[in-house]
Amino acid sequence: MFGAGGGTSSYKEIEETDAIVLWGSNARTAHPIFFHHLLKGLSNGARMWAVDPRRTDSAKFADVWLGINVGSDIALANGVAHEIIDAGLENKEFIANATTGFEDFAAHVEPWTLKRTSETTGVPVEAIRDLAHGYANAEKAQIMWTLGITEHHTAVDNVLALCNLSLLTGHVGRWGSGLVPLRGQNNVQGGGDMGALPNKLAGFQDLADEEIRVKFETAWGSEIPPEPGWHLTDMFNAMGRGELRALYVIGENPADSEADVNHAREALEGLDILVVQDVFMTRTAEMADVVLPAALGWAESDGTVTNSERRVQRTRAAIKPPGDARQEIEIISDLARHLGDNSWGQPTAEDLWEELRTVSPMHAGMSWERIENEGGIQWPCPDENHPGSPFLHDRLWKQPAEGRLAPFSCVDDRPPVESLDDNYPLRLTTGRALDSYNTGVQTGKYNSPIRTGEALEVSTADAEKLGISTGERVIVSSRRGSVEMTVEIDPNLPLGLAFTTFHFPELVDVNQLTNSAYDLKSGTAEFKAAAIRVEKMIDA
Amino acid sequence: MPDIKFGTSLPTDSEKKAVDETIESHGPVTLEITERLVYAGRQRTQERRHLLLPALHALQHTSGWISPGGLDYVCRVLEIPPAEAYGVATFYHLFSSQPPSGDQILHVCNDIACSLNGANDLIDALKKEGHETKPSPCLGQCERGPAVFVQRIASQDTVVFDADLKHIGKFLTENSEKESIKLPQAGSDSLRLLTRVGVLDPNSLEDYQSHGGYEALKKALEMGDEQIIEEVSKSGLRGRGGAAFPTGVKWKAVADEKGRAHHLVCNADESEPGTFKDRVLMENDPFALIESMTIAGLAIGAEKGWIYIRGEYPIARQRLTAAIGKTRKSGLLGDNILGSGRKFDIEIRSGAGAYICGEETALFNSIEGFRGEPRNKPPFPTTNGLFNEPTAVNNVETLANIPRIILNGGETFAAEGTDQSSGTRLFCLSGRVALPGLYEFEFGATLGEILDAAGGFSGPGTLKAILLGGAAGSFVTPESIDLPLTFEDTREAGVALGSGVIMAFSDEDELTKTVLRIAEFFRDESCGQCVPCRVGTVRQEELLIRIADKNPVEADISLFDDLASVMSDASICGLGHTAASAIRSALNLGLLETQ
Amino acid sequence: MSEPAKNPSETLVEITLNDKKISAPEGSTILDACKQANIDTPTLCWAENLTPVNVCRVCVVEVEGSRALVPSCSRPIEEGMVISTDSERVNTSRRMVLELLASSVELDRADKEIRGWITSYGSNPDRMGNSSEIKTSKQPVKIQDDLYVRDYERCILCYKCVEACGDDAQHTFAIATAGRGFEARISTEFDAELPDSACVYCGNCIGVCPTGALVFKTEHDMREENSWDPDNQKVTETICGFCGVGCNLELHTQDEKIVKVTSPSDHSVTEGHLCIKGRFGWQHAHPEN
Repeated sequence: MFGAGGGTSSYKEIEETDAIVLWGSNARTAHPIFFHHLLKGLSNGARMWAVDPRRTDSAKFADVWLGINVGSDIALANGVAHEIIDAGLENKEFIANATTGFEDFAAHVEPWTLKRTSETTGVPVEAIRDLAHGYANAEKAQIMWTLGITEHHTAVDNVLALCNLSLLTGHVGRWGSGLVPLRGQNNVQGGGDMGALPNKLAGFQDLADEEIRVKFETAWGSEIPPEPGWHLTDMFNAMGRGELRALYVIGENPADSEADVNHAREALEGLDILVVQDVFMTRTAEMADVVLPAALGWAESDGTVTNSERRVQRTRAAIKPPGDARQEIEIISDLARHLGDNSWGQPTAEDLWEELRTVSPMHAGMSWERIENEGGIQWPCPDENHPGSPFLHDRLWKQPAEGRLAPFSCVDDRPPVESLDDNYPLRLTTGRALDSYNTGVQTGKYNSPIRTGEALEVSTADAEKLGISTGERVIVSSRRGSVEMTVEIDPNLPLGLAFTTFHFPELVDVNQLTNSAYDLKSGTAEFKAAAIRVEKMIDA
Repeated sequence: MPDIKFGTSLPTDSEKKAVDETIESHGPVTLEITERLVYAGRQRTQERRHLLLPALHALQHTSGWISPGGLDYVCRVLEIPPAEAYGVATFYHLFSSQPPSGDQILHVCNDIACSLNGANDLIDALKKEGHETKPSPCLGQCERGPAVFVQRIASQDTVVFDADLKHIGKFLTENSEKESIKLPQAGSDSLRLLTRVGVLDPNSLEDYQSHGGYEALKKALEMGDEQIIEEVSKSGLRGRGGAAFPTGVKWKAVADEKGRAHHLVCNADESEPGTFKDRVLMENDPFALIESMTIAGLAIGAEKGWIYIRGEYPIARQRLTAAIGKTRKSGLLGDNILGSGRKFDIEIRSGAGAYICGEETALFNSIEGFRGEPRNKPPFPTTNGLFNEPTAVNNVETLANIPRIILNGGETFAAEGTDQSSGTRLFCLSGRVALPGLYEFEFGATLGEILDAAGGFSGPGTLKAILLGGAAGSFVTPESIDLPLTFEDTREAGVALGSGVIMAFSDEDELTKTVLRIAEFFRDESCGQCVPCRVGTVRQEELLIRIADKNPVEADISLFDDLASVMSDASICGLGHTAASAIRSALNLGLLETQ
Repeated sequence: MSEPAKNPSETLVEITLNDKKISAPEGSTILDACKQANIDTPTLCWAENLTPVNVCRVCVVEVEGSRALVPSCSRPIEEGMVISTDSERVNTSRRMVLELLASSVELDRADKEIRGWITSYGSNPDRMGNSSEIKTSKQPVKIQDDLYVRDYERCILCYKCVEACGDDAQHTFAIATAGRGFEARISTEFDAELPDSACVYCGNCIGVCPTGALVFKTEHDMREENSWDPDNQKVTETICGFCGVGCNLELHTQDEKIVKVTSPSDHSVTEGHLCIKGRFGWQHAHPEN
C-alpha cells in the first residue's frame, strides 16, 4: 500500500480502533485468531460494518451488514467516497499534506450518488450513508479485506478503491487506523518479502530498477534478467500456448486449486516435464514426472515466515521428516549442484537469512537472534537498534509529509467478467470453512467433528424456485464444467447467490465451475464470481 | 452472539407469543431491513440481555417449564448463546428443566419457622393426595405458616398460609384469597412505618393520598435533590437489609458520579429465613414504596428505578404492578412528575427462587440476564452497579422511612431511637411466641421487651433459644433478653440484627434439626461460584449430620472451625461469610448437646 | 513508527507487603506485586490471558482494614495498603480451599504446582470423610468426538474454559456454568453432546484447563494406555502452517510424535489461543495415525 508490500497495521491496533470495516473477508472463519483481536475491538466499543454478498459468520458480528452485489465493490467504495465528500467529512488537512490527485478523484466519484450506488450495489441508501459517515467521523478506523476483494478481475482496482477511502479520511499512518489485507496462507507475505513476485526482488525492491538489479547481481554473482517473469495465470496461459514446457511446482496443488481447473489440468498434461516438490502425493504430484518429497515447513523445518502484520517469525523443526523426505533447502541446493553450480554448498536457514539481510534493507536489522528473542519483528527494520514497525506510513502525518505522497486512484466499476443469463442465472461465489484449508491436502488428515463436507448453499427463495431442498443432490454447471453437489439452504444468502467451499476436490471438483478470467495487474483469477445453473437430478 | 447454534426443537405457539410479548418494547436483536441490509451487533444484543429473566418467566408461566424449543426461541430473538441461557435458567429453583406433571407445582415451606408448625407433615399429606410438591426454603410467611407457594401454569401464582392439615383440599382453594395481616400493634400511636397497614385499600391511590400519601414527594420536589440527601444524611438512617450502611452517604456517592446514567434499585428479594417485613409493607402499602422510590430517584439523579422482588411474593408483585400503573397514569411517575419536568419510572423484576439474589451484586447480574452470582467488591455499586453504572440499592424498609424524613425533617427522625440507631425498626416475630407477627419499635427496645409485646414465650416446655437476624444471624439464649436491639449493642454483643428476625425456640424443639435445616439452606442456596462456599457448605452439612446424634470430638470441632474460617474469610459474598455463623453460635452455646 | 506508549503507568504506588515496603506500578494487582517481590502465590482460576474471575479464592491475602480476605489476583494495589500473604488466616484459607477441592475432585492429573501446593499448605482432604460417603464430583468421562475429552470429575469449576470459550477469547459461548451450588457444572445447553453444540473445537478451553479435566483425546488415550510421559516430552515453538495470521504454536512431542499443541499466552499474535486448525490440524504430520 502506497509503495509498501504489506498491510499497514498490527493486529493489536484493531483492539483500540473505533470503526471496523470488514470488506470481502470472512475472517471469523478464515482468520479466526485475527478475529479474536477484532472481537476485543468490539468489546472495547468499536462499531463494525461488514461488506459482503453473504451474511457470513463474520458479518453476523457486525452492527451493520451491507449485502453487496458480487463484484460491485468499486461502485460502493466510490459511492462512500462521494457521500464523504458531499457531506464535507473528508480530512482536508491530511489530503492537502499527504496526498495527490484529490481534485481529479472528487470529480471522478461525483456521479456516484447514493442512489446510483445503491442501484449498482444492491445496498440500501441508508446503509451506504451510515458507512460513509461512521467511517469518516470515527477517530480511528480500519478497513480489512481478504480474497473477497482480490479474487476478482478488478483485484488491484478494488484495493485501490479502498485505499482511496483511507486517504480521504486520513485513516492510515496512525495507531488504530489503517488498511489490512489478511493473507490467506501462512507465508504469502513472506513469499513477497523474499521476492517471489514476477516484478520484484527480495524486500519488494523493483526489478526494473537497474541500481537494485546491480546490487543483487553483485551479491549473487549472476545476471538477473530485467524483464518481469510470469505470474501464475500467465504461466498457465503460456503452457496453453506451448511456450512454457517445464514446470517446477513447490508446495502448490494447481491441479485442484486453479480456477477452470479442467483447463489447468490440460495445461499441466501438456508439459514436457513436471516436477513437484510436496509433502503429500497431491493430484498435481500424481501428474508429475518427478516428485521430490519434502519436509513439512512448519513442523519439520527451520526457517522463517512473515504474517499479515509483517511480522517475521521463526519456524522450527520439532520432529524429523518421514522416510525419504528432505529439507527443502537441501533439495534446492542439491538441485543447484546438479545443474552445475557448486558454489551453494549446504546452507542452513540461518545462512540464507543472513544473506537476505545484506540485500533487503527492510530486513537488515532483523538478526536471527533478535527474531528468536523478540517473538518476531515487524518490517521495516532497517538496523539492529530499530524496534521494527507496528504500523506503516506515519510519514504521511509529518509536516510536511515525508517520501512520496499517496496518490488517489480513479478506478471504475467493472462488473464480473461472466454475466448472468437465462442459461446461467445464479452467481456462485466460493470461500473457506473453519476447519479446512484450501484443497484439504493437510486438513483432510484429521477428523473434525464440525466438518460438514462440500455443499452448494443456496438462498431459501432460490431453493423454492428450483424446487430443491437441503440434502438433495443436484447438478451444478457453469460454462466450463459440471459437478454433482448436495444442496444446503442458507437463510442468510440473498436471492440469486450461491456459495460453496473448495476443500474436498476428490469429492466435488468445485474449480471445474470457477472462472479463470483474471486481473491483468495481479494475475488473480475471478474465483468469487462464476455464473452457474442448478438442475435437479433426474431419477434414473 | 453469532456463533449461536440452535437445536431442532421448536417453541409452541403460546411460548412464542409469550416471549414476543415480553420483548415487544425492544424487538429482536437482528433487524432485517431488506435482504441486503441487516442491523445487529453488540449494542443491540447488550440492550436486550436484561429481557432474558422476564422471558424465562414467560416460558415457565406458559408451559410450566423451560422447554428446549422455548429456550431456543428466546435465544434466537435475544441472540443469547443457548448454553448461557441454559446456565441462567438452571440457576433458579422456580424454573424447571423437566416438563410439568400437572397444572401447578406446590412449593411447601419447610424452613425453620414453618417446620415448627408442621410443614413436613403437610408435605407428606400433599404428596399423598397426588400434588406435585417441592420442599421450599423460607417463603416469608413465618408469622402464618405453614405456607405454600402455588406456582401455576398459565394462571396467577398465589400463596396459601395458615395451612390446615385436616382440610388440605379446601385449604388450597379457599385460603388463597384470605387476608391475614398479623399486626398485633395495629392502631398503636407508636407505629411509624406500619400506620397504614391494614387500614387502607392497597389498590387505591386515592385512599393512599387521603392518608397523607404523596405529600412527601411534593415537598421533595420543592426542596431540591441536594436538600433531600442532606435531610436523609441528618436523619442518620441506616440500611435495614442487614448491612446497616448510612443511606445518606450511599445516595451522595451515587449523586456525585456525574456524567453517567444512575439507577435506583429497591431490594425486595426478601429471602432471609424468618423475614417477612418487606412483604407486609409491599402487600399493604404499595404506594408508599413507590413514593419513597420516586423521592430517592430524584435525589440520586436516577431516571430509572427497579424493584427486584422475589418470585414467591405474587401478591406483592400484583399490587405493586397495579400501583405503578395508577401512579403513572396520575403523573406521579413517568416523564414529567407532578409537572416538574423531572423523569422517573419504575420497572419490576421478579426473582425466580434464589436467596443469593438478595446480595446486591448478584441482584444486578440477575436483572441483567446473567446468573445471579455475586461480583467481587470493590468496585462498589455506587460507582459500578447495575449495568456497570452508579447505583443505589436500598431495602424496602429503608425506603419506607424516606417520606417521614422529608415531611418531618432529618433531625426529627434522628431524635427517635439511639444515637447510632435512629428511627424505628421492624421485627419479624415467629416461632414459639404467643402472637407471631410484624412489630415496630423505636430503636433501643430490648429483646425481652419485644418478646413481651408478642405475648412472650408460648408453647410446650420453656424458652431455650432465640434466633436473631435469620439463618445468617445467630442464636442467643434467654440470658440475652436485656440486650437492646440496636446496631451498636448487637454488634458489641457479637450477634446480628440482620433483617430483624426474632424466632423463639423451646427446649422441646429439636434444635439439632433446626441447625441442620440452616446448614441445608446454605448448601441449597450457595450459588456455587467460589470454592469456600460451594464445597464448604456441603462439608459443613455433612459434618453436622455425622455429629448429629453424638457429642462432637475435638477433630470435628477443629474441622468445623476450619470450614467456618475459610467460608467466613475467603468467600466472595455475605452468604459464605455468614453460612456458619448461626451454627457456630449454636455449638458455642451448647444448644446441640445431647443430654 | 512505534506503538504509542500504552500508559505503562510511571506512577508508583507504595505498599507494605509482609512488613516490607515496596513500590509497584499503579494499576498492578496484589498478585503482580507479589510476583515482583518473588512471593509464591497459589492460583487456580487466574491466567495471564484471561480476565480474573476470582472464584477459586486460593490466592487470598490479608489486607489491613478489610474484614474478609482479599483475592490478590484481581484487587489493584492502593497507596499505603498493608498486605500480609503469610498470616495464619491466609494459610488456613489456602489450605482449606485446596483441601475442599481435593476432597471433591480428582486432582491426580492437575498441574504439578497445584499438587505441590496441596502438600506445602498441609491440606488433608481425608478428614472430610470417606470419599464414598461424602459428595464428590465423580462422574463418567465424556468422549463424544475424536478431538476432545471432558473428564468433569477433575473439574474444579475455575471458569477458565468458560472465559476462553466466551468473551475473553473465542466468543463462541458453547459452554457455560449451569446449575447451582455443588451441582454447578460446566455444560452445553441441556447437556447436548459437544458435536451438537455450538463448539467450534478451537481447544482454547483445553489450553487453559489446569486440572486435566479437558484434554486432547491423544493425551487421554495415551494416559489410559500408560504411555503419556511428560518427562520424555519436549516443546518446540513454531508457526502454524495454515492461514496468514502467523499463530505461534508450541508443539509438544514425545518419541518424534506431536502429542499436543499449545500456544504461548504472552505472545501478541495469539495470546495463547488457537483455532481448530492450529490446535488439531497437525495430524497430517503423522498420516498413519
